[in-house]
Parts: sequence; structure tokens; C-alpha cells
Amino acid sequence: MAPEDSPIVPKRTDIQKIMLIGSGPIVIGQACEFDYSGTQACKALREEGYEVVLVNSNPATIMTDPELAERTYVEPITAAVCEAIIDRERPQALLPTVGGQTALNTAVELAERGVLECFGVELIGAKLEAIRMAEDRELFKRAMDDAGLAMPTGYFVRTLEEAQDRQRELGYPSIVRPSYTLGGSGSGIAYNAEEYERIVRYGLDLSPITEVLVETSVLGWKEYELEVMRDANDNVVIICSIENFDPMGVHTGDSITVAPAQTLSDKEYQVMRDAAIRVIRCIGVDTGGSNIQFAVDPASGEMMVIEMNPRVSRSSALASKATGFPIARIAAKLAVGYTLDEIPNDITRETPASFEPTIDYVVTKIPRWAFEKFPQTPDILDTQMRSVGETMAIGRTFQESLQKGLRSLETDRAGWGADKDDFDPLVVSDKEVRENLLNPSSQRLFYIKVAMAKGFSVEEIHQLTRVDPWFLDRLYEIFELEQRLSSADVLDDSQLLRQAKEYGFSDRQLAFLQGCDERSVRRARESHGIRPVYKTVDTCAAEFEAHTPYHYSTYDRENESVTSDRKKIMILGGGPNRIGQGIEFDYCCVHACYALKEDGFETIMVNSNPETVSTDYDTANKLYFEPLTVEDVLNITDREQPEGVIVQFGGQTPLNLALELEAEGVPIIGTSPGNIDLAEDRERFGNLLRELDILQPENGMARSLKEAKEVAARIGYPVLVRPSYVLGGRAMVTVYNERGLDTYMATAISVSPEHPVLIDRFLDGAQEFDVDVVADGSDVLIGGIMQHIEHAGVHSGDSACVLPPFDVGGENLRTLETHTRALALSLNVVGLMNVQYAIQEGTVYVLEVNPRASRTVPFVSKATGRPLAKIAARVMTGRKLRDMGLAEQFVPRHISVKEAVLPFSKFPGSDGILGPEMKSTGEVMGIGDDFGEAFLKAQLGAGSALPASGCVFISVNDRDKEGVLPIARQLKAAGFELIATNGTQEFLAAHGVAAERVLKVHEGRPHVEDAIRSHVVKLVVNSPLDEQSQHDDFAVRRAAIMNGIPYTTTLAGAKAAAAGIQALQRSEMSVHALQDYLREGGG
Amino acid sequence: MNPPALVALADGSVFEGRSVGSTGDSLGEMVFNTSMTGYQEILTDPSYAGQIVSMTYPHIGNYGVNPEDDESSRPHVVAFLMKQCCPRPSNQRATQGLIEYMQQHGVIGVEGFDTRELTRRVRIHGVMNAAVSTDDLDSDSLVSRAREWSGLDGVDLVRDVTCAEPYEVGSGEARFHVVAFDFGIKRNILRRLVEEQCRVTVVPATTTAADALALEPDGIFLSNGPGDPRPLHYAIETAAALSESGKPIFGICLGHEILGLALGAEIFHLKFGHRGANHPVKEHLSGRVLITSENHGWGISSDHLPDCLEVTRVNLNDGCVEGMQHRELPIFSIQCHPEASPGPHDSYHLFGYFAELMKRHAA
Repeated sequence: MAPEDSPIVPKRTDIQKIMLIGSGPIVIGQACEFDYSGTQACKALREEGYEVVLVNSNPATIMTDPELAERTYVEPITAAVCEAIIDRERPQALLPTVGGQTALNTAVELAERGVLECFGVELIGAKLEAIRMAEDRELFKRAMDDAGLAMPTGYFVRTLEEAQDRQRELGYPSIVRPSYTLGGSGSGIAYNAEEYERIVRYGLDLSPITEVLVETSVLGWKEYELEVMRDANDNVVIICSIENFDPMGVHTGDSITVAPAQTLSDKEYQVMRDAAIRVIRCIGVDTGGSNIQFAVDPASGEMMVIEMNPRVSRSSALASKATGFPIARIAAKLAVGYTLDEIPNDITRETPASFEPTIDYVVTKIPRWAFEKFPQTPDILDTQMRSVGETMAIGRTFQESLQKGLRSLETDRAGWGADKDDFDPLVVSDKEVRENLLNPSSQRLFYIKVAMAKGFSVEEIHQLTRVDPWFLDRLYEIFELEQRLSSADVLDDSQLLRQAKEYGFSDRQLAFLQGCDERSVRRARESHGIRPVYKTVDTCAAEFEAHTPYHYSTYDRENESVTSDRKKIMILGGGPNRIGQGIEFDYCCVHACYALKEDGFETIMVNSNPETVSTDYDTANKLYFEPLTVEDVLNITDREQPEGVIVQFGGQTPLNLALELEAEGVPIIGTSPGNIDLAEDRERFGNLLRELDILQPENGMARSLKEAKEVAARIGYPVLVRPSYVLGGRAMVTVYNERGLDTYMATAISVSPEHPVLIDRFLDGAQEFDVDVVADGSDVLIGGIMQHIEHAGVHSGDSACVLPPFDVGGENLRTLETHTRALALSLNVVGLMNVQYAIQEGTVYVLEVNPRASRTVPFVSKATGRPLAKIAARVMTGRKLRDMGLAEQFVPRHISVKEAVLPFSKFPGSDGILGPEMKSTGEVMGIGDDFGEAFLKAQLGAGSALPASGCVFISVNDRDKEGVLPIARQLKAAGFELIATNGTQEFLAAHGVAAERVLKVHEGRPHVEDAIRSHVVKLVVNSPLDEQSQHDDFAVRRAAIMNGIPYTTTLAGAKAAAAGIQALQRSEMSVHALQDYLREGGG
Repeated sequence: MNPPALVALADGSVFEGRSVGSTGDSLGEMVFNTSMTGYQEILTDPSYAGQIVSMTYPHIGNYGVNPEDDESSRPHVVAFLMKQCCPRPSNQRATQGLIEYMQQHGVIGVEGFDTRELTRRVRIHGVMNAAVSTDDLDSDSLVSRAREWSGLDGVDLVRDVTCAEPYEVGSGEARFHVVAFDFGIKRNILRRLVEEQCRVTVVPATTTAADALALEPDGIFLSNGPGDPRPLHYAIETAAALSESGKPIFGICLGHEILGLALGAEIFHLKFGHRGANHPVKEHLSGRVLITSENHGWGISSDHLPDCLEVTRVNLNDGCVEGMQHRELPIFSIQCHPEASPGPHDSYHLFGYFAELMKRHAA
């Protein structure tokens, strides 16, 4: 065993400096699980005395905190940039396996280009050969054949004709998977020749090497994953088995998954275990973790290998949280030469990591989708991943764990139905039920429920869904119990009430079934003494004593959560990631834990998101892996009695609970929930602004369509319309006339007295600003002022922004500061606050005030070196800014640009335009000495490499024609060739800028789409028409998205791109560590 | 809902659950098993004779039972406890549900109580006697019965599980002939031996060394089995005699303990035993760590090992001796279960090693 108290000597002494590549921005298929993994790896390596050089373009990650590595490069993750960093830092080794597919691909490119050899950098964890063999399906297939393991029959094809030749052998349905795309992008299931052709074409288009795999289908087979670890001594252990609720045909990332496997006998499980061990050995992953997927035919038990990931993955993060075994941490230690038996199991302390965790509970992971954001995309699940986040729940039984998971999702469901959103069996037809059971969607679980209500048998449901009857039987048990719960007087029947709680029913579900309020259920439950207990996640099913307080609730007898006498602060996390609420909020929660731990508090984290750093067992002193609902949080506060609860860091999730928690006597610290609420309440907030003499765009609230029309008429079109109380500008649009308002009100939202809509004047052409501050009730620290690159009308989460502002007068800046201070003081903000402003023709308007953590807090913290969330957490516990010496705003010399990363390519049919509703999944940061360089890096980091030369396509609406002229001139002067469609071309020509005319799509071929698809065009400047974009524009943007051509839909974006191009032409990009920027900047 | 059932431990704790198997009452030694799969193998492993087994994994019975996965002709546990027992199996090989199987074979089953609390009690306080009943639902009465029961220490349980008559498995053409002493042998051990080209004559535990050697075996196998090895004087004497024969000998679990006692080692009672499928065991020769299937309440003490024996394997969790061999003779034994079933196949090669010893010895 590793000597714990003796001085730690690196196992490998021939290396001192290790480079680690992160996974970049959050995108569908690659989310904050890689921050969790990377952070663990950084910590593990530094613990062993290695110097860590980190590259990651994502500022919202914990791993890019300057304390986490010796050298932190917030730079685009490309081979060229990494080469420059390697040249500068001269690491001896590169660990490519903890940063997702991005890191792996970049490492392969570095190796193939000879960079690693040239600088003497060794790949540790997985060698190039192993990565290639695992990633290249043809090599992988050959390796599996050699190992005697079956795989589905499949062929790689590079043309449609080839694909059609192979089709006869495969039969329908067949699976199409493009090579080298992320998260199964472009893959699909074809049931007939027409679909086959369409999916193959699309896949060939999407694949960077124009190649797709066409495969025989194992649709409906049971799907399993094993998380495997191997060390340098060839010891192999299985960390976790996972069984998918959704059988083969739905991407694992979109499947409900359950740990451990439920329906394999020991004989079958051991065969799978042996196969997994054979796979990792024959692929040759030297050390670290891999994820191996299997399909099993439920009729014959035949098993096939589907794929392997030779790295830590989303599933390994889940497996780590599910078992308590920190896969990435251990993987990092194995990579530097330790063997599993030399590493202690942190949880038991006395036993080594060379074992297989065993669990005595059931873990359910449920994906969180965002179909509501992309109405053009049908809610269908297949082999391409579409979910944007996930939640995990732990229960002693599957029933409990599933229901906890469903209420953790924050889709306003109280569990598996038994709430107002249940489908009505009288309304939903048998036909609709059958269709929805047959075709997986985000709603299938609820269709299963209505099927049961309509009398479908479990067998019928199984035939349609292919979901294993074991799962369906458990669902049926919940369903049956629900029937009893709605007829009996549950509140007086302690036995039945207890049974309901054991089956995971929430108080909210019981209240719905009993027709009372949640509070009455809670009181009744407490009067019967029915309270949850907390069990421990300990890797060993209680066989050894656990030293890490990682808990989950259950309705069983013995409680294991020991409460201390220390001063405790509880931090409520953000739940599952979704568009509008992502890693940024988790970052703030983690910082609160760090800061308050340092200050001597016992920190208690409550969260339900398995991807995050906040749910790592060593982030807070104590972790409760629980749904973030009033019921679940109150149960914990009842037991823990914390001094304070922080609700302002976890995004909207904990804020939604704040008022109710406070009413139940929970001590919320920081800005009072009442004042947070005030800022969200348009009417009260309007009054406050008038008192402070601060302008806001003219606005009103409407509780009916009629009122809405009146308000809009008073304000004058265009107007911004949105429902109240939403995050990420959900369902927010710019409406240009009354007809538009009609359509919006009729289709997009439901308006009612309880759910009013907000209507604001749209400030056309205004510049937007974000200001993040920390206030302590007496002082206000301006953390940073950011200027948006896009003009007003684009959601702040989707707009690129720059810090410090680059294009605003000093007087206006001072107004922003004065307003911000006044707002913070009058709202009595204690903690973080974010204010959004618009400046139109020299007039400053407040758009929004959010007295809570904002999405930009991590970005500002990285740009300025001021850890705002930590400062805010301390302020909330009573410390003063002045005492911490933090009164003055710090404006860095370097320029930082934040750019949003959008998921349009994952949503067929969606249009790639920016608007008031947030659509981005993640962000990157670019840092440079001037705006151009910073913008260029941000673009590159976001996956859109600005060109240094070539052809630019310009097509803009009439409003933008005047504005595009100087940009066109600048590009022309920079040596670009311009092409434009009819109108734009004529306008440019009339103003002395020559551009070649290109045909619109409907004008014949070759047209503009062809030019984009053939990569002739290197940059697209295309602004949509005022209302619904025309078919042509749409086709152009889709083509640009699918072919990875940089494009901009706004003039501001085009202008910034031109500046970036200038920087690109001027010089090579330079790379700098965050530590250098912050030192030079004097932060 | 199923009728109530009670589990009482000698430490005074009582768990109220529901009956899911046969009815009645029984007394036994309370143990827990941490395997997430393999309940059928556990139920039918004769080593569990006299024991009440509580499964730590909450869902048991999911994949039903089937005739192939039995480790002996019948279940041996005296009662089987779990959080939730699955009423309807889901697996292509299942021929019967677990509840029906337990009822058919007279196994008392209890579900629906805090099995983790029970596990923690046993871990903290050590293995203890317990009583389970579907009839006597009076806590005090059941606790007293658990306390009054004399327990398994010093009891010979092997006589109840060993075969009455010798029998043979494997082909007559096989390369080796093994005489296997049945102290409660698992079927997968026989399968592994057959796989290694052995014809196996399984003999009752009381067979003498002379009778065994008269069968002219190439090697001797001492099987696993239930309970306390100390009262098994006949077997210990036989093992001592056999060890002088110079024949290769392989012992597993109880067989390993018997061999140890025969060669002068000391044994001790583990606090709560090893029962599961995830224990890391280091094999000294290869330096490798193997994940093992475990089921033992007794162990060989490493402190007083006679000079003729050396430790070949240790459990990395607690340093327990998991394997030993004779320094001069072709004799080795394993505390854990290389035949797995349930559990990982990491130690299958030991059967090959036994075959190798027989080959060398024959040469």
C-alpha cells in the first residue's frame, strides 16, 4: 500500500512535468464530467509532486482555476496551439485520457504530426496505438475478431453507392454511423431505402473524412456498459456495471441507465466481465479507465461488443459517483506508474483501490433534454445524443431511485407522474400510446404510465418498447401503488404512507393524489414519524467502515449521517445541466465550498448532478446526493441544522426553493430571498428603478392576450416578449408587429393570471453590457464589466462578450458603475449580483438585475484573477469586503473574450440564428493583448477557425446593407475574395466593392450552398430577414453549420470577425499561461 | 402484501420484514454476502449450511433460478434475507422464480427491512447467532431463542452435506484421476477439474487416507465446506496421512483450513468473515492482484505458520492468508474460491496449476 505518512515520491521519477488537455466548451456529448475528471487528475498528479501544464479553453471549469495547475493555458484546444504550449513548457509527458474525445483527438493529432516525438513528449495512460485501435472501428473490429468477441456486422463506406451495395447483407433496420463525429452526430437508424439514403448522405456530409459505418442492427437488444481499470502490472478491475433501461437504439447518453446491472445472472455477468478484460488487454490501454459497451440478445443471451472508449467518459464519471470510486483520480495515478494495490481507497482508508466496488443501492441516471428550445426538431431519440444534461438519483430500490431521479430533473414533474402533467388515459388514444411506446422520445416513460392506465399489459408494453420486463414490472408496482394511494386516506394510514415513501413517492405526488397541499403531507408524515434516513456511499456495501460522508436519503431504519457540532453552511447546487444553467453555477458552488472550508466552516453540498465537481466527495466536507426540491432539502436541513444555506450560487434551481425554505425557517444567508424575488418582480422592480432614477426600457406585464396587445401598442413595436420567471430567455422572442404577437401568444406560451408575460421595448442597435459585482451591504466590489459583441436582442448567454469593454465612453462606464452600486445597496445585496445594461445613443438602460451568481462569474474571475464566488461566499458569512482589502475594481491589461458554443448541428432542422432565447450549451474564453487576438482565439476555441485568406460569402438584409460596407471593404483589403447574392452584390458594386455574384439555392446550380459544402467559402456573413428567415438563408446557415464553416448572423459579429482576421494576418498567435497574465496584470 | 416475518439477532436487535419463502422458524449464524449477482449459487453452496445469509444488494431474484446454476442438489442456507425479492424473473435462462424456489426447497425468506443496518451490526459486532421466524413474531421471544442457541462453534456440519456414497464425474479417458473429498463440494469445482482433464472420484468426507489412495489417484482434492474445521478430526487426520503420500494435494476453503490444521498451522475465527465477489488477493509469485470470490468465516493464522508452509496469497483488505503451499511437497491450498460461481474467474488458472503438479508428479 502507498505509504500515507511518508514523503510522497513520484512513482516515475523520469518525468516531472505533465501536460493535461481538457475537453473545451460544454457541448452535447461532452459536458462538465470532464471538468470533474480533469480536476481530479490535476489534483492527483500534483499530490504526487508533478508539475501540471493544463490546456482548456473553457473558463467555467474548476480545472482552469489558476491554483489547480502550475501552468494553466486558457487557449483554444487545437494541435497547433498545443504545439506552441509544448514548445514553451517542454513537458515530458502528455495525459490525453481525461479530457474527453477532444483531448484524445488532439493528442492523436500531435502524435501524428510528430510534435510529441520532436519535443520528446511521452503519451501516458494510453499509447497512440491503443487509441487508434479503439477509435478506428475497422482496427477495433479486427482486434475483437482476434480476441474471439462478436460485433455487429458492419462496413465502412465512402459513397452512397457503396452503402447501397452493402445494404442487402445488413437488412433493415440498419444503423448508420459517421466516422469521427462526437456524441454520435449524424448517426441514425434506417427502416427503409429512403431513410437509408437520407441518413447515409447526411452522415457522409458530416464525417470529416467522408466515411460512414453501415451496420446490422441490434435494435432492442439489452445494452450494458462496464467501467474497467487496468494498471501497469496488468491488474484489471471492473468498477461498475450499468444496464440501460432503454435498449439498443437509443444513444447511451440519451438512455435512462441503472447501476448495477439488474437482469444478468452471475454466469452471464462473469462472461461479460471476462470479455471486458479481454477488450482492454487486446486494445492495449496500458493504464487507466475504459468504458466498454455490450449488447445482449434477450432471447438467446448472445453477447456482442459495441464499442470502447479508451479514456474516462461520461459513464466513468457516473460510475465514480455511483460507487464512490474516483476513476479519474486513480487513472491519473496509474498513468504515472502506481499500481492499483499501491493506491489506498480513500473511502475505507484501510483497503486498497485494487478491488471491485459493490453497492447496496440502485443508481438511476436520467438525461435532461432541451427539445423545447428547438421546436423544428422532433422529440425523437436515436443513436445521436441530444440530451444536454443528466441527473442521478440513489435509492435503496429501483422504484425509489427512479422516482427521485425524475423529480431531480426539474422538468416540473413530481416523480413518475402523479402530478398535473400526467397524460390523461381518456384523452390519449391507444394508437398514440402505441406509437409513442414504439418510438423512443423524452416522454416515453410517461407514455408507459398512461399505457398502464389504459390497461396495456406489461407484456404488450415490453413488445413495443423492448424495455426489459424487470424494469416494467417495477414500474407496474409503482403504478399499482399509486392507484391505492389515490383512493385511500393516506395521511391517516401510516403503513401505506411509509410504503409510498419507500417507493419514492414525493410529498408533492402524495399531495396531488390526495388533493391537498404538500405542507399537509409533510406535517402528516412527520406526525407519523416517517422521515428519511441517510445511508452512505462507501464502495463496499458496508463491509468496511467509510470515512467519507457521502450520503443519500432513503426510507429505511438506520441513519448513518452523523451530524457534527461545527458551524455548518449548506450550499444548494444547480441540479442537471440544461441550456441556460450549466457548469458556471456549479463552479460558483464549488468555490463557495472551497472558501468556506478554508474559513473553518463545515460545508455541506446538496446536488443531483453526477457530472459535476460539486458532487465529488471531497469538494465539500459532506455531500448529500439528493434532488433539489423543498421536501428533500428540508429533510436535510432538519437533520443538519446548518447556520446558513446558500441559494444564490446554484442558478434558478435553488432560487425557486428559497421563499418556501425561508418560510419553513431555513436560514438563507446572503441577499434575502425577498429581495432576490423583488428583482424578478417587474412591478416592484420598476418602482425601485424609478426611486433610484435609473432608466429601463419601457415595459409592461400582461395577463391576457388583450392586455399584451395594449401594452405592446403603448410601448411601440418591436417588442421583446417572454414569460415571467424563466432562465435562459426561455420562449423569449422579438416581435415586430401585432400579427407576430398573436402567433407567439397562441403557440409559444400559455398566458394566465398566474403566469403573466413580460413585454419590453426592444432597443434596436443598442450595445449591451454585463456587470458582475460582490456586495456586502455596505460596500460594492465591481468584479468586471463586459461588453457584448452582439447588439441587444441576442440573449446574453449566447452573445460573445469582451472584458474590459472596448468601445464605450468613460462617462457611460461611470454611469454603469454608479447604477450598479446604487442597485446593489438598495437591494441590500449580500453576495453576488449581475446587472445587464443596454446603451442606446448614449442613454443607459437597465435590462435586468439578478442578485445571484451569473453565468459570467467564472469568466470574470478568470479574466481578472479575482475569485468572485469565493469572495461572495465569505461575504455571505458576514465578512466585509473592506476587511479583505477588496474595495477597488481591477481592470486587467489583457483582453478577454467569451464566446458561446451552440448546438445547432445536433438539431436537424434548427436554424442557426441568435435571438433572445438562449440556445448555447457552453462557452470558451480567448485571451490576447488586443481585441482581435482575443476574439480570434475565442472563435478558434469555439470550433470556428477564422480564415486568413480565401472567399467570404456575404448576404445581408436591407437594414444591414449600409453597415456591411466597411466590413466588406476591410475584408477585400485583407485580400479576401467576396461572393454575394444578387441584392447584396448589387449594393456592394454600387458602392465600389467588387463581389462575384453567386446563385441563390432556388436560382439553379452551382449555388451558394454548393460553394459552402465544397468548402470554397471560408466565412459566411448572413443576416436574417426581420421576421421568419427565408428558406435560402436557412439553407445557407445549415450548410455552414454542418460543414463547420465560420458564420455570423449579425453585423457586430462580422465586424469582430474582421478584427480577428486582421490579428490572424498580422502575426502568429501567441500563447500565455493564465498565471503570467495575472502576474503581469498585477491581479 | 406478504405475511410478516421477524429476524432477531443475539445482540438484541430485531428486524421486521415480510415472508417471501417457506414459513416456519430457524436458527443460524448471521452472515452477509456482498455479491451483487449469484444468489442461486450462494443458496446452493453447501458451505452456507447452518447460516442465515443476508444479501447486501437490495434487489434479489431478478433473473430467477435455473437448473444449471445450482452448486449442489439443494439450498443449504437456513434462511435467506434481502431488501426486495423479485416476484417474477426476467432472464432467458430462468425456469422458476426465486420465491417459488425457496418455497419448494423449504428456505425461509425475509424481505422488506433494513438489510444495511443488519450488515453494519454484523460488521461492527462480529458474526452472531440469529433467529428467523414467520410464526413467532414476538421480538423478545425470538431474541432469547437466538441467544440461547448454542451456535456453530465446535459443530461438525460436514456430515450433513457430504455425499453418502462415492461417485464419479468426468470422462474415463481423462488424463488425471483425482480423488475429491466432499466436505460440501460445489459443482463448479468439479466442472473446473473436468475441464483440466480430470476424472474425479468424489468420496465422502469420512473416507480414510488408505481408501482414498487405494483408488490410485494422481492427485487429491480437499473441497470447500461449511462451518468450524476444528471438530473434523477424521478429515484432519486423513489430510495429514495423505500429505505423507507425496501425491499432489489441492485444498479449497474448508479444505485449505483442514490441510492447514493437518500440517500444524493454527486457525482463527474472522470477526465477520469474507463473503462476496470483490476481494483483492495478491498472488506473490506473479505479483498480480486477483479479484476473488470469498466465502469463509475461518482463516489460517499467518503468525504461527509451521516451517513447512509458506504463504502464497494474501487478502489485500486485511492481510488474511488466502493461499499457501508446502515448501517441499506438491501441496497447495486456497482460502478463497478459485472456482468462482459466483464471482470472477480470475483464479481459474489454479486448477491448471493443480493439473500441472499432477503432470510433474507423474513424470
